[in-house]
Formats: sequence, structure tokens, C-alpha cells
Amino acid sequence: MTVSTPSPRLAPAPRASSRFEVLDQLEAEAIHIIREVVAEFERPVLLFSGGKDSVLVLHLARKAFWPGRVPFPVLHVDTGHNFPEVLAFRDETVARLGIRLEVARVQDYLDDGRLQERADGTRNPLQTQPLLDAIAAGRHDAVFGGARRDEDKARAKERILSLRDEFGQWDPRNQRPELWSLYNGRHTPGQHVRAFPISNWTELDVWRYLERERIELPPLYFAHEREVFRRDGMWRAVGEHSLPRPDESVERRTVRYRTVGDMSCTGAVESVAADLAAVTAEVAASTLTERGATRADDRISEAAMEDRKKDGYF
Amino acid sequence: MSTLLRFATAGSVDDGKSTLVGRLLHDAKAILADQFAQIESASRARGFGGDAGGFDFALLTDGLRAEREQGITIDVAYRYFATDRRSFILADCPGHVQYTRNMVTGATTADVVVVLVDARKGVLEQTRRHLAVVRLLRVPHVVVAVNKIDLLGYDPEPFARVAEEVAAVADELGLDGVHVVPVSALAGDNVVERSPRTPWYAGPALLELLETLPSAEELAASAEDGGEPFRLDVQLVLRPQGALAPELAAVPGAEAEYRDYRAFAGRITSGTVRTGDLVEVLPAGILTTVVGIDTADGPLAEARAPRSVALRLADEVDAARGAVIAAADASPAPVRELEAELFQLDARPLVAGARVLVKAGTATVPALVAEITGRRDLDTLRTAPADRLETNDIGRAVIRLGAALPIEEYEASRGAGGFLVIHQQDGATLAAGTRSTG
Ligand SMILES: Nc1nc2c(ncn2[C@@H]2O[C@H](COP(=O)(O)OP(=O)(O)OP(=O)(O)O)[C@@H](O)[C@H]2O)c(=O)[nH]1
Ligand SMILES: [Mg+2]
Repeated sequence: MTVSTPSPRLAPAPRASSRFEVLDQLEAEAIHIIREVVAEFERPVLLFSGGKDSVLVLHLARKAFWPGRVPFPVLHVDTGHNFPEVLAFRDETVARLGIRLEVARVQDYLDDGRLQERADGTRNPLQTQPLLDAIAAGRHDAVFGGARRDEDKARAKERILSLRDEFGQWDPRNQRPELWSLYNGRHTPGQHVRAFPISNWTELDVWRYLERERIELPPLYFAHEREVFRRDGMWRAVGEHSLPRPDESVERRTVRYRTVGDMSCTGAVESVAADLAAVTAEVAASTLTERGATRADDRISEAAMEDRKKDGYF
Repeated sequence: MSTLLRFATAGSVDDGKSTLVGRLLHDAKAILADQFAQIESASRARGFGGDAGGFDFALLTDGLRAEREQGITIDVAYRYFATDRRSFILADCPGHVQYTRNMVTGATTADVVVVLVDARKGVLEQTRRHLAVVRLLRVPHVVVAVNKIDLLGYDPEPFARVAEEVAAVADELGLDGVHVVPVSALAGDNVVERSPRTPWYAGPALLELLETLPSAEELAASAEDGGEPFRLDVQLVLRPQGALAPELAAVPGAEAEYRDYRAFAGRITSGTVRTGDLVEVLPAGILTTVVGIDTADGPLAEARAPRSVALRLADEVDAARGAVIAAADASPAPVRELEAELFQLDARPLVAGARVLVKAGTATVPALVAEITGRRDLDTLRTAPADRLETNDIGRAVIRLGAALPIEEYEASRGAGGFLVIHQQDGATLAAGTRSTG
């Protein structure tokens, strides 16, 4: 049986140009990867934080399975220091799309002593254990992530399908060759695969695409007034988990976020860009990378990301 | 609107691939301030450039701790940049023989491979191996960058000698249209701009070439004979039934409309498909008509590779993942046995009688390496008798498949002629294969 009436569409408006440009290439590649993983794995899950990259992957997954619904749940590792606006966005999104949300809480691990708070107060590195436990508990054999190769020099080395052992470890010296667009996801019991459909997207590609598709994001990404203080050369939000020291003075500034992560280590940038078009223009003109501008945790050492990835982090 | 080009570097260890890539990114203004500062301080910490202090461009792609400690590239680094004319995905590959598998990884998807040769050393064994890989993988364009000409006082003689040597090797390997450019990756000559220090070189700078060489996709789109015929490897069947996307389920009448919806999802491997086209569904061999080309953005009247779509067919056909939908007048014949070129990537040798898996398109089937028929000599590419393929060998084999698959001749289709040889138990990718009868 076939359907002949025109189908309703997912994107709000058809595009003026029918040319197949860079964003269309990236979209086609991402949809291919997502479909491959769903076809070959038993229990995929998508890491979903409400941040722009995971929102993008979710949008691409909706496109991949349209007119059906996204056939896998999402997983959030909640550091306990997340921005409340982002958590609200996360909950609203999964409710609207009818997707199941699994949450792994760093706070639970701190409460019962399985993890301890770090001296610097940063909880990003603490996410690894709850993440691995959640992957094991959900018996997830494939985990989608929104990591991009242009984010960091260690990520620049990652395969699209990346094999992990039962400790989630990444072995950068011994990665499986990845040929043509034939993804080999075979693994033995205990191993799982991380899948990165937007590996080849740059930050600017992401913003251009979000703008083109009019994709909704948490309000944090757009210029807003906020109480902030200066630390490590970035603006930090004042919040329950992010308090200024006596020598740091609080000001009201118009800021936005380029990445949203743990409140205790993500900084804002001064900006008046209030919508997707303005943000895209600003990113195109930026002289700093998004991590350089906003992530304190990556400044710890030259190989901070590589070390975290080897230990099972994303 | 800009187009996309994928290119990879290749060539022997230390010939300057990573330095060239760093220089290219730098001179194309693709390095942001914080990255620049990081590399500056890492270069200083490593004493690069001695007391004068220098900027080690290779650190832009050699991002792993082990790579920085040893000053070599271990695995491919992907970097992205754009000029007014084009967007680039670049894969900086390792030159070390031990990491040839990673070079093959970078080369399979490349539109262009830039092969570096040290002007002082000329063509080395690893240069030949990489050129052979590039030839056998049918990368559309090869650029040879003859590097480190600063160390030879920008003298035209040594460049001319290496260029001749390259031409001879290309000839032996059957590589056409190789571009040869004299460069200094370190000093930036002929990388982004033509250098005043090489007045004896009349050709374009490297970036000019990269901006103008047509990508595989552009070549296919402009092919006079219409290019490769239509083919789509079915990834999965979309049958939403009760599980319609919520925003669609909210549309009155949608539940009824989509009750019997059934579409074959996949990324178009080659060619163009239009509604009304007659197609054959393989391996079943059923002829039917395309009645819909669906995407989440609405139906299309026509779609071309490499778009991801979902096809609706006029007849109820029994097809699932692994099936192929192809133009009826040019559909490939499924084969049970094939002759192939193999690139041995795993550390374990491949021998006749090995039971393996073959993954081609979206199908994975058990297979038997029936015979190893020879190993390629890298100097001439001629095959000599052999009964096994060791790591990094390129050789020929006969492979028997547990089920017939429509694998095409690689010479005719880069997208449908390549396959993986996979270890049955641990799942490792043992070899890359291309079907080539002959
Ligand atoms: N004088 C001079 N030195 C260069 C030039 N290009 C590269 N080098 C030096 O050659 C050495 C090797 O450079 P790399 O860029 O790491 O070489 P590679 O080809 O990437 O090496 P692998 O990736 O390990 O195969 C470094 O010390 C570079 O500084 C050049 O044009 N002139
Ligand atoms: Mg290198």
C-alpha cells in the first residue's frame, strides 16, 4: 500500500534554494549514520543535555525516522549543577516528542559516597562513572553523542563509530579503521559503541543549520541580562552552585552562552545577539573557539579532553 | 554558495604533512586566537625552533599526547576550514608504515589526496605505497607537494628531478593528471599564495588547486553520460504504524493516512531517482515503480546522491535492510563469488580458507577467503604469487559469499564496489576490499 497525498513536513518552511549545499551534505551524512546505528544495534540511546549539539542530533533523528517517531530513548547525566532553564527545556522537549528520558545523577553518587566533590568544585569530570553505570543498566550497546571533531584536538582524532571497552575507555592508538561510509559496529559482550553523527560539523555549521531549520533552543543561548562575575577571563553566572568569592564583584551584564554545560565551569560571553540569525553572524565573526571562550575545564592541561575521553567520558 | 571538498594528506613519515596542513590552516586564517596561543606555548615548551622560538604548525593536528611526545602522527586528525569559494574537510594522515590503516581510512572518502615528498629524499617506499593506495582506491585527484624546498635554497634543479621521478612512478601505477607543486610547508611558499622565491614554477599554489579541483560529487553531477546509474542500499524500512511522530499524529486524518505507510530508507549511493522511475529490487529481482521520494521536509520529485531519502514503491515487495533498489535498466547482478583487491589492515595475516564476514553496502554476510592469488609489488604494482597477506600488504583474492550480493566493480562505482572484511568473532575490520575482476 502506498500513500499518495502530500505529507505534512517536519521543517517549518521549504527552503528557497533546491541546491544541495554543504549543510545538506552534512545532514545527509548524519541521517545515514543515525539510521545505520538504529538498524544494527539493539538498544541505542542518545546523550541529551539540552545543549545545542544534542538538540541538533535529536532533530536529525526526527528527520531520519519521519513520519515515525524517534525509536530510542535519551539519557542525561545531570551534574546537579545544570542551568534550571536547560533542565526545563530538556523536560519540555522529551514530553513534546513522546521520548523516554533516562537521568543519571552525579548528586546520587556524591550523596552515598561513591564519588567525592573535587577541590575545584567542577563536576564535569565526575560524569563518567554515572554515565557508564547508566549505559550498563540500560544495556545500551550504542550511545549517540553530539560531539564534533572541531571542538578539540583529541576529538579531531575520533572515529564516527568509536568502540569502547566495558570501562568505556577510548584507545586512540588503536582505533578501528573506518572505510568509505561502511561503519563496522561489531563488538563483543561488554563493549559498546559511541556514535557521533555530527562529527564533521563545525560550530558555524551547527548555528547556520539551527537558523535554517528554526530549531528551538534553551533561552540561555541568546542575549539576556544576568548577574555575573569575572573568573579565569570569562563571565560566570551567579547561581546556587556558582558563587563569587569575596574578591570577585558581581555585575549585571548582557550575555549569552556558546556552550551549556555544568554551571560551575561554563562561562558566558558578552553579546547582544538575541536570535538565531544574530548568533550565527556573531559566531562567524568570532576570534575564539567555543571551548576556548567558555570552558574552564579544558584549560586544566594540554590534554585535558584526551585524558577524560580515555577514561570513558564523551 | 560554497561547495564541499574532502582531502587527505599522505606520504612518508616526516615529509611534512602535518606542518603543511597547519600552515594551510594558518595562512587561510582558519586558526582562532586561543588555538594559536595554545600552539605557541606548546611549541615553546617543546623547544621548537631553538632559541629563536618557533611555531610548530604540526601541533595543530598532532593533538594526542603520544603524537606530541614523539613528533609523529599516529591517527587521522580531521580539520575544517572554508574560503570564499569552498568548504574543506581535511584529514591529516600518518606517514608511518605501522599506521597505514589510518591512512587508508583517510583516503577512502577523499576527493583529493595531497602526497608529500621531501625534496631532498624524493620518492620513498612509503610514498609509493600511498600512491598505490590512492590509485587503487580511485581517489579522483592526486596532488604531489614537493616539500622543504627552503632547505635546498629554492633551487629549481632538485624540484625538477623529483617531479620527473614522480611522473615516472605515476606512469607505472597508471595515475593520470597528477599535479606537482613545489612548497615549503614551514615557510609557506606556494601553500596559499604563489611564492616570489620560485619564479621558475608557473603553476598554481596548493590552495588554488584545492579550490578548483571538482569533487567526486561535482564530477558525478556534471558527467556527460549522466554518470553512474541510480542505486540505493536499503538501511531500514520505515513503517510507523501506531508510532507516528507526535506532531504528525496531531494532524486530523494522519493516523488513517499513514496506517499502511511503508518506505525504504537509505542514502542514495549513486545516480538520480525520479518518481515514476522503473526500478529493480535486489537480490529478489522484482521490478516496480517509485511512487514517492520522501523526506521530513516534504516529498521530492527527484533526488540525487548522496541525499538521504525514503522511497515508496508501487508494489508490495518483500525487502529489508541489505536490499538494493537500482535503476531497472542498469541494475547490478548479485554475485556469490568475486575477485577483489584487498588492503590488509589487521596485524594478523589473512590466509586462504579464512572464514570471515563481508560487509558491503548495508548487507553483512558470512564469507570465505577461497584463494589468495597474489601480492602487489609496490614498485610496479605487478602481482607476485603469495599465499597470505601480511599487515599493510595489498593483494588479490577470490572471495566466496554466503549469499549473493550486488557488489559492483569498484572501477565503475566507488560507492558500491568497496567492502569490509570483518573477523567473525571479535568484529575487527581485517581488510578493506574492492571488487576488481581481471
Ligand atoms: N625546513 C623545513 N622543515 C620542514 C618543512 N615541513 C616540515 N618540516 C619539518 O619536518 C619535520 C616533520 O614534519 P611533520 O609535519 O611532523 O611531518 P609528517 O609528514 O606530518 O610526519 P608523520 O605524520 O609522522 O608521518 C618537522 O620537524 C617539521 O618542522 C619545510 O617545508 N621545511
Ligand atoms: Mg603528521
